[in-house]
Amino acid sequence: MIFGEVLKIAWDSLMANKLRSFLTMLGVIIGVAAVIVMVAISAGTEAAISEAINGLGSNLVFISSAFSRGGPTGGPQTMRGGLVYEDMTAIRERISGVAGVTVEQQTSVTVKYENTSLEDVMMVGATPDFPTVRDVRVEQGRFYNDTELERASKVVVLGKTVAGELFGETDPIGQTVSVNSIKLTVIGVMAEKGLVAGVDFDQQIYVPITLVFKKFMPAQFARIMGDRVRQIIVSVDPDADMDKVIEQITLLLANRHGVTLDSLDFTIRTQADIIATQESTTESFRTLLAWVAGVSLIVGGIGIMNIMLVSVTERTREIGLRQAVGAAPADIQVQFLMEALLLSLVGGLLGILAGIGGAYLFERLGGMRTVVLPYSIGFSFLSAALVGVFFGFLPAKQAADLDPIVALRHE
Amino acid sequence: MMSESVPIIQTVQLVKIYGSGENQVVALDGIDLTIDSGEFVAIMGPSGSGKSTLLNILACLDRPTRGQYILAGEDVSGYKRAQLAEIRSRQLGFVFQSYNLLPRLTALENVLLPLLYRREERLSHTERKEKALAVLESVGLADRAHHYPNQLSGGQQQRVAIARALINDPLLILADEPTGNLDSHASEEIIQLLINLNSRGRTIVMVTHEPDMARHARRVLMIRDGKLASDRKNGHHRETQSLASGEGRSS
Repeated sequence: MIFGEVLKIAWDSLMANKLRSFLTMLGVIIGVAAVIVMVAISAGTEAAISEAINGLGSNLVFISSAFSRGGPTGGPQTMRGGLVYEDMTAIRERISGVAGVTVEQQTSVTVKYENTSLEDVMMVGATPDFPTVRDVRVEQGRFYNDTELERASKVVVLGKTVAGELFGETDPIGQTVSVNSIKLTVIGVMAEKGLVAGVDFDQQIYVPITLVFKKFMPAQFARIMGDRVRQIIVSVDPDADMDKVIEQITLLLANRHGVTLDSLDFTIRTQADIIATQESTTESFRTLLAWVAGVSLIVGGIGIMNIMLVSVTERTREIGLRQAVGAAPADIQVQFLMEALLLSLVGGLLGILAGIGGAYLFERLGGMRTVVLPYSIGFSFLSAALVGVFFGFLPAKQAADLDPIVALRHE
Repeated sequence: MMSESVPIIQTVQLVKIYGSGENQVVALDGIDLTIDSGEFVAIMGPSGSGKSTLLNILACLDRPTRGQYILAGEDVSGYKRAQLAEIRSRQLGFVFQSYNLLPRLTALENVLLPLLYRREERLSHTERKEKALAVLESVGLADRAHHYPNQLSGGQQQRVAIARALINDPLLILADEPTGNLDSHASEEIIQLLINLNSRGRTIVMVTHEPDMARHARRVLMIRDGKLASDRKNGHHRETQSLASGEGRSS
């Protein structure tokens, strides 16, 4: 039989039941759209992560306190362990091949200038090495120096957005802002940096870490915590041997804390470790999404099979007549396969539109980064076609196997 | 086409048995039949006599259990389903009691349906339409070509069905109670159409239980209990024919 005619017959019979055909396609539409949206989201996440990692600065080593690792002596161990400010200075003074060392201690504060007040601003306590380590620039004024760090001077460097919101057109340098009622002098404004690993650098303000210890800790908290820090970030000199630096840091800190190498109270991770972790997270996320999408495609296929079986029963008489006027079993089979295929292909096309639209909506309304990958469109469309052929086969075979005499008598 | 000497239909000891073992039913019990080109044959018989089974086998919709069916010199008794479909497409045209037009297609599209399944001498889209229109015209329905079956009367629908049967220029037309669903006026119309076709050389085999219809055929076969009970020529013997109709009424 002529291909064009097969296509026309299939199309006409789908159009005869528009709502039913659409509902049948819905499974495929959702399946294909799911594949595209999910691949787009995971590609978007990946892109965001790799940008974030690049934005972190280069050759970073992250040293974190390993709290709550209750040692042999139980409770007190927890309090004794962890990193302190002097660990940071020790690394800075005694380890070679280190380009910069900083801590990052975040506190949520309220910043006021004249009548403008900003709540929930993240104040970061750091060292003068912070711009080097985090690969950020000061745009206006300067960052605080070692002297100001030692003296815990009341100075502050503002993130770009914070400066804009507080001062507008006014020059902020030399002005006084009040941070949680403590008056600080603005000495600099950072250049725009944007989102890095989910943190908006432009929304932060930077003060010497010593000032945080001295002025911003509740008294009772300060007694317990002393000058503890959560994390020390070391930027390794690009020419230095990363592994050797890590080994030296480990020995130094173990020695300072009086622990053996088997029971360290801190962990050291490099940027490469973090990348690997995040990649494996995205990887398993993507695998999960692929399964969800795959299952919805299969469900769509079962829907097609179901409706095709109904269609074969409904049109038994028509099948009998077509056989009587000369249609061979193969003609009937091809025709029903074509209908199933058409359902899945049209569903696939609509699914592609829905998928691209869905990815756009996720980006606009859901605030998620999405990247629609061409391969996901091709792959999902091909899968839809395969689903159509696979699940259309049984109903088509059933139609082809009908005995013309029985079929013609069917009511 | 065929040389005159070869009969269109020849059956040799045709047997059809349904079921097996205890439940076995013998529908046809050794039918020997020869129908020549240009004949108009009516097959009569009470229900359950096997006349429908015989027609289904002659129509290549069913296969005999035993015996031979030779259609225009070709023994089709052992043919597979696909081969039978090809024979139906090439050699046969059907007319059903209930018309069997596809409701979603226009009269024209219904008529050209068999052309879509033709394996040889395929026609283009335009040629198919032209040919279907010509055949519709020959049954007097050219002006109804674009009507749907539900917009046509029963008699008109049956004429569309006859046009469909004619479109592949078949050797043989098989009609199963073609007037069974029609009133007497429409029945008359249809039978006249069949007579006309026959007078122009078409071979027609028609199953009917109405003696009034069988009267128009040139030859009447009576089937009883799967056997050929009688085989009479009509037309020249008016007494025989009225006797046959009397017989039909009393049964």
